[in-house]
Amino acid sequence: MDFEDTPEEIAFRGRCRAWLEANAKPLDPSASARSALSEPEDLDSLAGAKAWQAKKFDEGWAVLTWPKEFGGQGLGRMEAIIWGQEEAKFDLPANLYIIGHGMLGPTIMAHGTEEQKERFVRDMARGSEIWCQLFSEPSAGSDLAGLRTSAVRDGDDWIINGQKIWSTGAQWSDWGMIVTRTDPNAPKHAGLTYFILDMRSPGVEARPIKQINGASGFNEVFFTDVRVSDKNRLGAVGEGWKVALTTLMNERVAIGAGSGSGAFRKLLDVARVSRRNGRPAIEDAGVRQKLADFFITSKGLQYTGYRTLSALLRGTTPGPEGSIGKAVGAPMTQQMAAFAMELQGPTGALVEESVVPEDGFWQELYLGTPGMRIAGGTDEILRNIIAERVLGLPPEIRVDKGVAFRDIPTGSAG
Amino acid sequence: MNLEFSDDQKFIQKSAREYLDANCGLEVCRGVLESDASYSDNLWKGLAEMGWLGAAVPESYGGSGMGQLELVLIAQEMGRALAPVPFASSVYLATEAILLYGSEDQKKRWLPRLAKGDAIGTFALHEGVGDLELGETTLRFDGGAVTGVKLPVLDGDVASLAIVLARDGAAHSLCLVDLAGAGVTRTKLASFDPSRSQAKIAFAGAKAELLGQSGQGVAQTERVLDRAAVLMGFEQIGSSERALDITRDYTMSRYAFGRAVASFQSIKHRMADWYGRNQIALSNGYWAAWALSTGSPELGLAACNVRVAASEAFLIGSQEMVQMHGGVGFTWEFDCHLFYRRAQLLSLALGSPSAWREKLVRRIEHTNQAA
Repeated sequence: MDFEDTPEEIAFRGRCRAWLEANAKPLDPSASARSALSEPEDLDSLAGAKAWQAKKFDEGWAVLTWPKEFGGQGLGRMEAIIWGQEEAKFDLPANLYIIGHGMLGPTIMAHGTEEQKERFVRDMARGSEIWCQLFSEPSAGSDLAGLRTSAVRDGDDWIINGQKIWSTGAQWSDWGMIVTRTDPNAPKHAGLTYFILDMRSPGVEARPIKQINGASGFNEVFFTDVRVSDKNRLGAVGEGWKVALTTLMNERVAIGAGSGSGAFRKLLDVARVSRRNGRPAIEDAGVRQKLADFFITSKGLQYTGYRTLSALLRGTTPGPEGSIGKAVGAPMTQQMAAFAMELQGPTGALVEESVVPEDGFWQELYLGTPGMRIAGGTDEILRNIIAERVLGLPPEIRVDKGVAFRDIPTGSAG
Repeated sequence: MNLEFSDDQKFIQKSAREYLDANCGLEVCRGVLESDASYSDNLWKGLAEMGWLGAAVPESYGGSGMGQLELVLIAQEMGRALAPVPFASSVYLATEAILLYGSEDQKKRWLPRLAKGDAIGTFALHEGVGDLELGETTLRFDGGAVTGVKLPVLDGDVASLAIVLARDGAAHSLCLVDLAGAGVTRTKLASFDPSRSQAKIAFAGAKAELLGQSGQGVAQTERVLDRAAVLMGFEQIGSSERALDITRDYTMSRYAFGRAVASFQSIKHRMADWYGRNQIALSNGYWAAWALSTGSPELGLAACNVRVAASEAFLIGSQEMVQMHGGVGFTWEFDCHLFYRRAQLLSLALGSPSAWREKLVRRIEHTNQAA
């Protein structure tokens, strides 16, 4: 048991920091938070993000855990975590590669043909092409396998029709990975097939969705007679669910890898500057009790993540236990934001940057956190996963089990 | 960085689990709860034979010479078994206090007896209703004797020695009192959890010797309590994990509306939340155990974290346990109330979780080390 870096980790951290210091500006700690879902405002920032990724790639700091043959550095998870911790201290262009590098690249490496790996993976590492994930649909969210977008064989091609939603970055992506229904007569998990899709194909239309925080990271994407070559099929016909699970397993690792934010320190600052009962709020006993709970849960989450990491470093595969990071962390972050706004009193209900403390950091966070509780497995789905796969409780009763997809009842919403 | 216990440490935990499974089924806890006994003497002797009462005591003082990382895992297993013995008082508090502050003579006199289980130790700290502010302790230490009343004292009716926080002139000191001596009157008090005994101890000029430095009693007590909080935290986590296991098994086998009670989301999701609270407590426990074993200054924060998180996990868990069992959970015959009682006892024994939250925020402000 050791909470400190090993000598090798100290040395690697030093190399990360030296390269970053030589090539980037340190982050201004007083600056407001960048939302993970905010869109690059213009083409310049898109170009800036690509240029930064290319620089990392050329100088050996891109996709550290990927094998060298695919453009990575063949390093371990620990090095990737250390790099991520150090990179977070610098003011860098928005990272448009989280989905590609975290989820889609590993899926192609696991299920792709030699030709597909050769064509796509290295360019993905270099960042010259941006990728998005086309999974959820208006009527298939938590119940992803209920998706309806169809792909019908036509000679050497497939014709895709339907609609996807919640596709992060689809509006500026070059490629997408899409799960489609190819056999509506089979039970729902059995009739799916997975494709790699050129987002510039005729018939693809991405429309940004305006979120409750005003940003538009997500899109709905419409497909009208979109033609995709059978060469771009990933995995066998009817085995799309198996391929999709690889993507989703990596999603949980990618989300779980996020290191603890400095949110608690900022909350402490709010409690120091805000007043309550004629004195600084931090002197109020009730405020102090809540501060303590946020600190305890934050630390517990941070070290739960490190425990998972320690197990991964020993060679175990990521298990369902990792779900608690998001199941506990997302609602806690929402409650922290709500509490900070409460401490700010009536000014908490402002987003006027010149007046509200900390440039509206908490207001932005409060608007963004509902998304954290839904994306990548809702609080409720994560509780099911923990209950069923960690505690061994009975699975949900499924009225659609073994039923042909076309015979499954659908509701009126979505 | 490596947040894992070693294979050797896990082996000791496994041995403790096996020994307690064989020798401390829940009927042992119930046996003490339903009788006049203050603890299970059989189990106590067994633990002494296994060497666990002196787990972290050096071999030169008759102990097993293991470290704190082994002791926390044994504590977790004590919690799983709801072991009805004065383990916390004697091992986490008295033994640790003597290890930290005892003179060579005091260590030689007491540690071998504590490690063998021939002596039971306790910490006489509280002085009546509410959380004690250490600096407001009124019991007096004067001229080698103590006078005043301590209440409640966990295991005070069966202990052979007590570590006592006392007023000493203008400051406070820790003292060591042989409870077999003159001037000590003990009254067993009815305990909310009768599987763990509590007492009032009245000292009337009882002979006492200084433990550690004169006038440093408050700081020394803080340190002893921090260390005990880590060990007791692991005990609470063990109890909460066991309660969850029992509740899972029961709700899997109980059917209503044609399906296992455990298949309803209202039950599944609450058990998932319970598991989450256990993990948050355990991860803080890892931090605290590491700080305890390395002497890291982070112990001050980590001890508060595990104290609060483990108390909450077990307390809420024990409430959920009764609720998810339904009507039978409210009966004397079912074991739920053993957990329901123990959870409160442990969450209050070292001072309430609210008091530890306040202590945590003071320390965050003081060290300016946060998140």
